[in-house]
Amino acid sequence: MTTLQGQTPPDLSGRNLSFRRAFANRAATTLIALCVLVAALPLALVAWEVVSKGASAWSLAWFIDEIPRNYRTEGPGMGPAILGTLTITGMAALLSIPIGVLGAVYLNEYGKNKPLARFIRTMADVMTGVPSIMMGLFIYVGYVIVIGDKTGFGGALALACLMLPIVIRSTEEMLRLVPDELRQASSGLGARKWRTTLGVVLPAASSGITSGSLLAVARAAGETAPIIVTVGLTYIYKPDLFDGQNTTLAAQIFRNASQPFAASQERAWGAALTLIAIVFVFTILSRIIAARFAIDKR
Amino acid sequence: MTTTASPESPPQVDLGGEARSRRTDKGFTGLVTFAGLTVLIVLGLILVTTSVQAWPAIAHDPIEFLTGTDWVPGDEIFGTLPFLYGTLVTSVIAMVVAVPVSIGIALFITEVAHRRSRKYIVTIVDLLATVPSVVFGLVGSIVLIPWVTPIYQWWAGLMAPIPGLNAIFDETNTGRNYFTAGLILAVMCIPIITSISREVFATVPEIDKQGAYALGATRWEMIKGAILPHSFGGLVGASMLGLGRAMGETIAVALVIGGSLTIGTNLFEPGNTMAAVIAQQFGESSGMHTEALIGIGVVLFAITVLINFLARTVVRRAEIKMKGAHS
Repeated sequence: MTTLQGQTPPDLSGRNLSFRRAFANRAATTLIALCVLVAALPLALVAWEVVSKGASAWSLAWFIDEIPRNYRTEGPGMGPAILGTLTITGMAALLSIPIGVLGAVYLNEYGKNKPLARFIRTMADVMTGVPSIMMGLFIYVGYVIVIGDKTGFGGALALACLMLPIVIRSTEEMLRLVPDELRQASSGLGARKWRTTLGVVLPAASSGITSGSLLAVARAAGETAPIIVTVGLTYIYKPDLFDGQNTTLAAQIFRNASQPFAASQERAWGAALTLIAIVFVFTILSRIIAARFAIDKR
Repeated sequence: MTTTASPESPPQVDLGGEARSRRTDKGFTGLVTFAGLTVLIVLGLILVTTSVQAWPAIAHDPIEFLTGTDWVPGDEIFGTLPFLYGTLVTSVIAMVVAVPVSIGIALFITEVAHRRSRKYIVTIVDLLATVPSVVFGLVGSIVLIPWVTPIYQWWAGLMAPIPGLNAIFDETNTGRNYFTAGLILAVMCIPIITSISREVFATVPEIDKQGAYALGATRWEMIKGAILPHSFGGLVGASMLGLGRAMGETIAVALVIGGSLTIGTNLFEPGNTMAAVIAQQFGESSGMHTEALIGIGVVLFAITVLINFLARTVVRRAEIKMKGAHS
């Protein structure tokens, strides 16, 4: 470049910025970084408090014993709530995941851009925003009053309503990642659409579907509001979800946290640690599955 | 094409063309369509069954129900305005805190952070979303409230001489109030607002950003000039989604808001929200009291569905607009 000879090259380092501009840039970057700290602080606080206060409650008896009936009784026992959390959430998963996956199949393989499918997609998004207590009230009105008793199954129904839209939307995202060549190859071999869907598309997306469903399970396991409305309370083991009132860890945290007694608060912390551990296991599992078996995005 | 044309006829392959398979296809189509429709069915059923159940309590005195300020279940007086007020106040506090913070985090992730640290920050936000709301309530009610009460008292003393502000931040003797509830809601809304904001920022065309830098803009000037104007619509949608989340949150609020049944302008006084009052009183309620609580749920359901629907429409509109303009 002969024309530039004799001139100094333009200064692109930003060192000659006016003080005002440099200051605004620095201040904005600092503020933005502070925002991350604002989010990390509560997380650290929750983790520290729950682990430090909850760990002392853990023992073998904590996982096995029945729950003390009196708030003031000291000592362990959260077995029925742990069992209740697992069975109720498990039942909710059994109810919602098959329907959710099939619903997603409709949206991505059949409905596509039809008005009905677009409407269902929007309403599924809207449904993820419906307050969880509303699912509880719905099942209370539609199931508990009809049956005449609060049961674990009622809680499972409420959680299933909660999980349904999450499963549908996450599964649909995964089905969208399945390359079209697979579908074309399958129809090219003469398979009908249902065989293509069940034999090719769903297996190809299975890891993503599993990981999304596990996230939905993790979210449902921590839900309290629908449980206290539909499930009631018990202190003993209730493996049969249709046999009267039941309990979960989340409901026990709520019940014990609102009491002023040290013994019940200690149980609340122990239950919180147990619940977070369960939720954490599901979340980690979901991540591992998603990372290990992901379809390579093309 | 005729079968006689090929010298060796291929072995008979079952292409699944027979009637049975065709019927399976029809049946499967019906099955998945029904599964898709369950979303609409459940939403419809929620609205109808709960409305029908709540109707006696609402019809008892509809005007009182929506505008009354007294809630005396024993005398069958069901005025829900204090709870609507509490829901609005706590969610506004939550939004004022959560929206700037979430946008900041999203900007940090998309524009400031190095690729390696980006992963960790995303994990922090994701972990925040996995903490069950009752655990936030537990930490809030047992750990946070004793800490913040003296801070509130100090702040109220500071605000005392300023007219207007001294009514909003008045003296208090408890940390169980609107403000604490709003702060906890803010923490719980951050993950959803952040993740939608990130999606919105991701749609800003690289050309716009590089163009701003090429004109000599600093990073902040680039954010101000290229990213924010481009994403405004999407950010509004993201904030509305957070608002819907805040209004519907039940258990964490029920544990920290105190449970007063009156309207107070003082943010440091106990109050209640629509969702929280249901959780607090449902267990001990019966008859028309239960029906009135379900009625509150119906109103809350209507509000949150409306907000979510609008928010999704806004986000989608914004996305279409951006993609239409640049791809």
